[in-house]
Amino acid sequence: MSKRQLIVVAVLLAAACILPFVVSNYRTFQFTLVLVYSIALLGLNILTGYNGQISLGHGAFYAIGAYATAIMMDKFGVPYWATLPIAGAVCLVVGFLFGLPALRLEGLYLALATFALGVSLPQLLKYHHLEKWTGGVQGIVIAKPAAPASLTGLGLPLNPDRWLYFFTLAVTLVMFVLAWNLLRGRIGRAMVAIRDQHVAAEAMGVNNAMVKSLTFGVSAMYTGIAGALGAIAVQFVAPDSFNIFLSIVFLVGIVIGGLASISGAVYGALFIQFVPNIADEISKAAPWAIFGVFLIAFVYVMPMGIAGAVRMGMARLSRKRQNN
Amino acid sequence: MKFKLVPIAALLSLAFASPAALAQKKYDQGASDTEIRIGNTNPYSGPASAYGTIGKAIAAYFKMVNEQGGVNGRKVNFLSYDDGYSPPKTVEMVRKLVEQDNVLFVFQTLGTPCNTAIHKYMNMTKVPQLHVATGATKWNDPKNFPYTMGWQPNYQTEGRVYAQHIMKNYPNAKIGILYQNDDYGKDYLKGMKDGLGAKVSMIVKEVSYEVSDPTVDSQIVQLQASGADTFFNITIPKFAAQAIRKAYDIGWKPVHYLNNVSSSIATTLTTAGLDKSVGILSSGYLKDQTDKQWANDPAIKAWEAFMKKYYPEGNLLDSSNVYAYTVASTLHQVLKQAGDNLTRDNIIKQASSMKGFRVETMLPGIRINTDQDDFAPIESVQLMKFDGKKWEFFGEVLGK
Repeated sequence: MSKRQLIVVAVLLAAACILPFVVSNYRTFQFTLVLVYSIALLGLNILTGYNGQISLGHGAFYAIGAYATAIMMDKFGVPYWATLPIAGAVCLVVGFLFGLPALRLEGLYLALATFALGVSLPQLLKYHHLEKWTGGVQGIVIAKPAAPASLTGLGLPLNPDRWLYFFTLAVTLVMFVLAWNLLRGRIGRAMVAIRDQHVAAEAMGVNNAMVKSLTFGVSAMYTGIAGALGAIAVQFVAPDSFNIFLSIVFLVGIVIGGLASISGAVYGALFIQFVPNIADEISKAAPWAIFGVFLIAFVYVMPMGIAGAVRMGMARLSRKRQNN
Repeated sequence: MKFKLVPIAALLSLAFASPAALAQKKYDQGASDTEIRIGNTNPYSGPASAYGTIGKAIAAYFKMVNEQGGVNGRKVNFLSYDDGYSPPKTVEMVRKLVEQDNVLFVFQTLGTPCNTAIHKYMNMTKVPQLHVATGATKWNDPKNFPYTMGWQPNYQTEGRVYAQHIMKNYPNAKIGILYQNDDYGKDYLKGMKDGLGAKVSMIVKEVSYEVSDPTVDSQIVQLQASGADTFFNITIPKFAAQAIRKAYDIGWKPVHYLNNVSSSIATTLTTAGLDKSVGILSSGYLKDQTDKQWANDPAIKAWEAFMKKYYPEGNLLDSSNVYAYTVASTLHQVLKQAGDNLTRDNIIKQASSMKGFRVETMLPGIRINTDQDDFAPIESVQLMKFDGKKWEFFGEVLGK
C-alpha cells in the first residue's frame, strides 16, 4: 500500500467508527448489514472475480453459516463470538467438498450446479428429520448480544446496535486484511492465472485442481462468516430468509461493485443494501422495475463496476495534477 | 337501537377503564392532534406477492376514512413497505417504521416467518404488533408477548372443528390428508390430530406437497389407493383446484373437507369445475363476495362501492380484498375506542377489550371477542357445504 492509500483507509476507518454515534440505531443496523454483505461479497468475489468460477448459489453458504451460528447459540448456548470461527470452518469444509466434484464443471455448468445448491437448500432446511435442529419452517429466534459489561462499565455509550456494529466492523477488517494478504501473494496470482489461462497456469506448475477447490472453500468460508454475522444482527433465521434471490443479489453486488476488486465488495454491499429501498420509495407498484433501471444505468455508466470507476477517476485526477 | 348501543358501550367501558383518558389527551410517539401513524409490511414483490393486495386495500380503506374526516378528527397515515416475504427485510423495514418513521404501532404485518422475526423486537420495544396477517397459533400468548395479537381464526382451531365433525358424523371414517409442507399445513394437521385425540388412528394416510411442486396429482392417487373415504384437503387455491379435479377424474368420492384458505368460489371451485365441487365441506368466517347468495347483501354492496371508488385497480374476485376491508374495519373500531388516549398501552388495551364486535362482511354469528387473557379476536367458524352454486351453511357457529 502506498502512503496515500494508507491515509485514505485510515480516514475511512475513522469515519466508520464515528458513524454509529451520529446516525440512528436503525441506520446503524443497516450499516451493520452493509458490513455483513461486504464480507459475503468479498467471498464471492474471490471465487468469481479472481478465480473466474461463477456461483449462483452462494446464498446457500450464507444460510449454512447463519444456521450454524443460530443452532450453536440456541441449542448449545455457545457465545455469539465463538460461533463465528466454527461457522466459518463448517462452510470451508462444505465449500471445499462441493468444490471437488464441481471442478469438472466449467463456466456455465458450474453456475448451474451451484444454482441447484442455492435452490435446494431452503427446502433441505425444512426437512422434518432435521427439524429438531433447524426449527423447520418456524426457524430459530436468537437473543441479541449486548456490549460486554467491561466496556459499558467504562461509560462508553454502547447500546446493543452500536456494539454489534463495532463487533462486525472488527470482523470485517480482519477478513479484508486476510483477503488482501491472500490475493496479492503467490496463491492470489495462481487464482488469477487459472482464471485467465488455465492451461498456461498448469504448465507453470500451478495445481489447478487444488487451487480451485481451495478457492471454493475459502470463498464459502467468507460467505458463511457473513451469514453467521447476519443471523446475529437479524436475530432470526428461517428458510424463507435464504431463497435463491439472495444468491442472485450477491452476484449483482460483486458485478456492480467491481469484479476482482477488494474495495468493490464494499461498494457492492452499499448498493444491494440501499438501492432496493430507494426503488421501493420511488414506486410501490414496481420496485423491481426501478431497481432494474438503476442496474442498467450502473452497468452502462460504470462498465468496470463502481471500484473500476473510482480507480479511473483517481487516475485521471493524478494525471491532471502531473500535467499541471 | 342495537347499533346505537355499541358506541355507548364502548364509551362506558372506556370511562371505567381510564377515567383520566376522557379528561386529557395522551399521546405516544406517532400520534398527535392531527395524525395517527401506523406501520405495515407486505410482500409487494417476491413469491407471496399475491397477498400484496391486502396492504393496498388497507391503504385504500384509510384513504376513505380520512376523506370522511378521519378517526376522532385525526387523519390516519398508513405507511406500508415491501418486505418481499423475506424475514431479514421485515426486521429492517419494521425497525425503520418504529425508529425512523415513528409509527404508533404496526398492523397486519404479513407472513408467519416475517412476524416471527419481529416478535421479540416488538415486545421488547413495547410497540403493538396488531392483528398480524397469519393463522398461526402462537400470536395468542399475552403472558409472554403482551404486545402481539392475531386476528383471523387460527388454523388449529379450524382443524379441530373438522375433526369434531368427522367423529360425530362419520365415526368409522378412514381419513386421508393432503397438506402443504410448511407451518401453515402443519398447524392444520396438528389441529386435526388434537381434535381426533385418542382416535388419531382414523388417519390412514398423510401426504404432503411443496409450494414449488407443479401438481398434486400423484398425491391424490396415493390417497385413493390408501382406501381413505374421507379427505382433508389442506392446500392453497391452486393446488386445491387440482386436487378436486383429480379426485373427480379418477372416480375417488370421499367426504371432502376443504380448508378455509381455499374456500373461495371464484379462485378455487370455479377453477376446479363447479360440478366437480358439489358436496365439498368447508368452513368460513367471512362472506364470500363471489357467492351469489351475498349478491344483494348490503355489506358486500358497501364493500364493492368502496373498491370501485378507492381501489379501482383491485380485483373484485380476490377474497383477500374482503379480508383486508374487514380487518381494517376492526382496527378502525380499535382507534375509535382509544379516543384521545393514543398511547401504545391503550391501543393494545382497547384491542384486547372487544366484546361481540362485528363487521358486517363477516358471516352471520361470527363475533370478535377479546380480553386480557385472550388475544385471539376471531375464534369461531361456520361449517358449510357447497351445493354446486353457493355455500350452504349448516349447524351452529363453532368455537368461541
